Amino acid sequence: MKNIDAKTHTRGESIYLDDIPLIQGTLFGCAFGSPVAHGIIKNLDLSEAEKVEGLVRILTYHDVTGENQIGGIVPDEPLLAEHHVDFCGMPVAFVVAETDEAARHAVKKIKVEIDPLPVITDPREAHKLGQLIVPPRTHVLGDAQSAWQQCEYIFEGQADSNGQEHLYIETQGAYAIPQENGALKVYSSTQSPRATQQASCKVIGVQMHQLEVDVIRLGGGFGGKEDQANAWAALCALAAHILKKPVKYSLDRMEDMRMTGKRHPYSSDFKIGLNKNYKILAYEVDFYQNAGAAADLSPAVLERTLFHCTNSYFIPNVKAVAYSCRTHLPPNTAFRGFGGPQGMFVIESAIAKAAQELGVQPSVIQKVNLNKTGDEFPYGQLAVSEADTCWDKAMDIYNIESVIKETNWFNKTNKLYKKGIAFMPICFGISFTNTMMNQGRALVHVYTDGSVSVSTGAIEMGQGVNTKMLQVASYVFGIRPELVKLQSTSTSRIANSSPSAASATADLNGKATYMACKAIAERMIKNAAEEMHVDEAAISLKDEQVLVNGEPSGMDWKKLVMSAFLKRVSLSEHAHYATPEIHYDKLKEKGHPFAYHVYGTAITQVTVDCLRGTYEIDAVKVVHDFGHSMNPLIDRGQIEGGIVQGIGWMTMEEVIYDKEGRLRSNALSTYKVPDIYSVPKVLDIDFLDTDKDNLAIFRSKAVGEPPLMYGIGTYFALRDAIKAFNPWAHMPFDAPMTPEKTLMALYSNPLPAGQEKNDETTSSLEVNSR
Amino acid sequence: MLLLDFVRYQQNLKGTKIGCREGDCGACTVLIGELDNGQVKYRSATSCLTPLGNVNNKHIVTVEGVNMDDLNPIQQAMCETNGTQCGFCTPGFIVSMAGFCLSDKEPTYKNAIASVDGNICRCTGYKSIERALEKITALLEDKPSDAAAFVTEKGILPAYFTDIPEKLKLLSEQPNGADLAKPNKLFIGGGTDLYVQQHEAMVYADIDFVGAKPELKGITQQGDICTIGGATTVSEFAASPIIRKYFSNIDQFTKLVSSTPIRNIATFAGNFVNASPIGDFSIFFLALNAILELTDGITKRNIPLRQFYKGYKQLDKKPEEYISKFWFTLPDEKTLFNFEKVSKRTHLDIASVNTAISLVMAGSIITDASVSAGGVGPTPAYLSMASEFLKGRVISEKLIIKATQIAQTEVSPISDARGTGQYKRLLLSQLIKGHFIKLFPDLEVKQLISVV
Repeated sequence: MKNIDAKTHTRGESIYLDDIPLIQGTLFGCAFGSPVAHGIIKNLDLSEAEKVEGLVRILTYHDVTGENQIGGIVPDEPLLAEHHVDFCGMPVAFVVAETDEAARHAVKKIKVEIDPLPVITDPREAHKLGQLIVPPRTHVLGDAQSAWQQCEYIFEGQADSNGQEHLYIETQGAYAIPQENGALKVYSSTQSPRATQQASCKVIGVQMHQLEVDVIRLGGGFGGKEDQANAWAALCALAAHILKKPVKYSLDRMEDMRMTGKRHPYSSDFKIGLNKNYKILAYEVDFYQNAGAAADLSPAVLERTLFHCTNSYFIPNVKAVAYSCRTHLPPNTAFRGFGGPQGMFVIESAIAKAAQELGVQPSVIQKVNLNKTGDEFPYGQLAVSEADTCWDKAMDIYNIESVIKETNWFNKTNKLYKKGIAFMPICFGISFTNTMMNQGRALVHVYTDGSVSVSTGAIEMGQGVNTKMLQVASYVFGIRPELVKLQSTSTSRIANSSPSAASATADLNGKATYMACKAIAERMIKNAAEEMHVDEAAISLKDEQVLVNGEPSGMDWKKLVMSAFLKRVSLSEHAHYATPEIHYDKLKEKGHPFAYHVYGTAITQVTVDCLRGTYEIDAVKVVHDFGHSMNPLIDRGQIEGGIVQGIGWMTMEEVIYDKEGRLRSNALSTYKVPDIYSVPKVLDIDFLDTDKDNLAIFRSKAVGEPPLMYGIGTYFALRDAIKAFNPWAHMPFDAPMTPEKTLMALYSNPLPAGQEKNDETTSSLEVNSR
Repeated sequence: MLLLDFVRYQQNLKGTKIGCREGDCGACTVLIGELDNGQVKYRSATSCLTPLGNVNNKHIVTVEGVNMDDLNPIQQAMCETNGTQCGFCTPGFIVSMAGFCLSDKEPTYKNAIASVDGNICRCTGYKSIERALEKITALLEDKPSDAAAFVTEKGILPAYFTDIPEKLKLLSEQPNGADLAKPNKLFIGGGTDLYVQQHEAMVYADIDFVGAKPELKGITQQGDICTIGGATTVSEFAASPIIRKYFSNIDQFTKLVSSTPIRNIATFAGNFVNASPIGDFSIFFLALNAILELTDGITKRNIPLRQFYKGYKQLDKKPEEYISKFWFTLPDEKTLFNFEKVSKRTHLDIASVNTAISLVMAGSIITDASVSAGGVGPTPAYLSMASEFLKGRVISEKLIIKATQIAQTEVSPISDARGTGQYKRLLLSQLIKGHFIKLFPDLEVKQLISVV
């Protein structure tokens, strides 16, 4: 089934936040962000700004009617800076004016004097100074300490991965409209209506039933609107509450890039030990997460880094320690993969390092260490593995032996260009790692004309979740999709929802939708059974007909509905689903946090231009564990999009902060995401269709995040190609592999042993900016 | 006022989206149609960088303008292949694709891809969009030269497109405010740089829209001299039969410069005057030793492009002057020309380093040489020492390596978002070698690119 929004999308008729028709008297907001990353505010001069024609009011923290606090996990993030500023772009004041232009113009007239304090941009430096967001977390399996003695080979190293800008094409924004009796309705581009509602209420000082958050759809989220949509909604809501007028703020691109956090950069140290058969016996890793200036979702992201620190491999002795380090960057936040990719990058680097030193292909080590069903993850859950199945199938159907042969021949016969190959297995756990959040809700109404309305807590942001919800309802009721409408996501209809995140949205909300539809259907069937004097169990619904023992009964869907209505049977249902089986003990760091895992293997082939340092991605060929896909068209789109986003993170997407904590890659002219020419020429996806029972909706495994991690293969394929040109290239594990790093590596000399040290990940610039 | 704001907030046509306001995402793409020999010629453009003053008497097509009662075949193709996910970039893609259907370019798959090279999608990874473009290309298989008639007949686009030539003819020919005296006026060609850099200032500026003036457009040849009007766009340049005859690789070069919708509106004068140290066509024409004609509307003077740049963003130009035209010698059969550019992303990106070379050969002897380079100093640079060094010498691998070493002595790249100074130095040498490798396929590549 096609995406139900495709029609209005292609006609330009879909409504996003900035398209909502304005109510008369709407005012426009714009945030003034701190020009420096760390300091004490000495003086905030609003006098010039207040003279701007059309200015209505400038709000500062003094004006907050509730609590000046939007921190979710840890209350450490003021909405508007009070005495300190902690990152460049931290909102200090909120200008409200009659027009958008006037608001932006006034922001430029605000002057602030700040006594600067030392700026930290490097997580290791923050760690040294004891600047941690939360206490460190440690995952342990077996006994790494004593396992080192059994290892034939031991390698150590450092691996760094940079951040990533979400670059949803629709920027952040909110539109708050006062209602009667002090209530507010807030339209927000948020992945988490509940969190947006809660943060806004806290700031204003009203209760949650007074403030409705309503979301039609997002023009992309990718995690960037999970927690970071809250500030803009809270600012608009606060202004609307104070001024009793509708207030809208749609950020421009530079405001968005400068003021919001991104994927966490990580710097990590690893130590890996193997026996003579290349079995990994022990793995130790220390993760230094660059959390930015406030907690945001960093503790949860940190946790998932630990959960995925061994990727798809079984390692009997593991000790992984993770530090969430407070720096003076905008608070980093959720981004597709949520710390998992950063963890996987380190184990893949460790394997690459071992392979390099041992003079074997990394795939040799990867293959013998893939986990098997029954193997224990460091957090105690036992694997139900598809790792070997995916790997073996990929090698088989993509004819890998001949690909390797051709690549070797190409490299032998070409000097200007070199090809590289890498394999990337993935294993990604599905569920919020915070067990409490694994609950979903749906509200289903069947109207007397047979049409159906479905509301869930899911946010449609392009992933096609609404299409899947519609499929569930249409399937349970046995009716045409046209009879079902998905409503906007409103906190008034669905309360206390979890964010659309963790790849779990279709599972949680789909199961709830299934339960709600099932309950209504069962009531209607019971009524029909009584009316027709047949057994309930004999009745089924299909093609808008009521079947008795599989045969048409003469009663159709409309009659079924009307008959139930006339008998005063409820045609509405609110259902609640909580994922069974999952649990996790954070003190012991053991449990069964995931409903299931998603597996897959990607083969990446690249060609490097050894003159220019540029490259092309020839092919990414994947075998992916879909379970039993309920919508192959949409699921393929998720895989393709995820892979390209992962490739972007590993290649051209370079977040650059200078030493003063200012973002230098602050526009689309300086921050590049893949365009149509830079994506893999070939992108093959094989559906590993399994019929094993799992906790996914209709056994269709989650697809949102896992494919992003296939992109990591591109990094290692590029290294492989570079080594074909310069076997002694000095190449620290330091993603992304930009054309700059590629060229520098191609023409580098090896460093003497023991001198390898990576540059800082986030601020490698000696900027002489203009 | 910008076309984007006019469309969205005055006409309330909300299908055109705002993604970046700097021409880098394509969410706001529209088509601009203008009369050309009785037919209307359509080009895609980013409405966020298009001042309303530049579209006087033109037909603007937004996504709403390609809608029919049912989905048009372009839209159908995008739906069937799942070429739309969050949908925010989709109208821009649809408009670019409609532009492809209306264009006089050959309806090949390659050209179809090129038509959306200015559109960024963050969701799909483009593969589904490629599949949609395959379908759309197939629809256009036997498209004749009158594209508008063809696409309306086939039901690809609404029927009203055939009425547009008549409607445009009826509109006044008078450009906006052309005769008004503006003491502190700013000249705008395409606006693709000014509206990015000085977005807010432009709202209040007095603007003379020179981009639409016919006397500033056009490409002519007299003997071996080619003259180009200052307001000529890059797309017009690349499509010119003169240019195509003398620069057989022109499509390869221009593909490295920005994107289709930007090339459709960006002008040469704008590129020169912007004085970006990495301006692609400044570098291109430095190697060709172009001469500029500057005018204040009354008096005229000529200045070589090589003497135009005085320092970072400083020009030998008075505020009241603008570039009316420029000329250069077309390369003859003894002259070899090449342009190289590397950026973080190969397309629709600003160069880390770019360079051009023009060599006149007599057998294996270089009789004249001009090398230019961008991104390696405060202005677009003519590398006079490296150029001088090459003159009169016999081409060899050693000579080339020596030339790169000399080039290093006349550049001073800084570290910025496009790379460290060290990287830019290495890249410059590599790209100079690249010129020779491309132009002289018999050279021993191994000697040129071995690791030291």
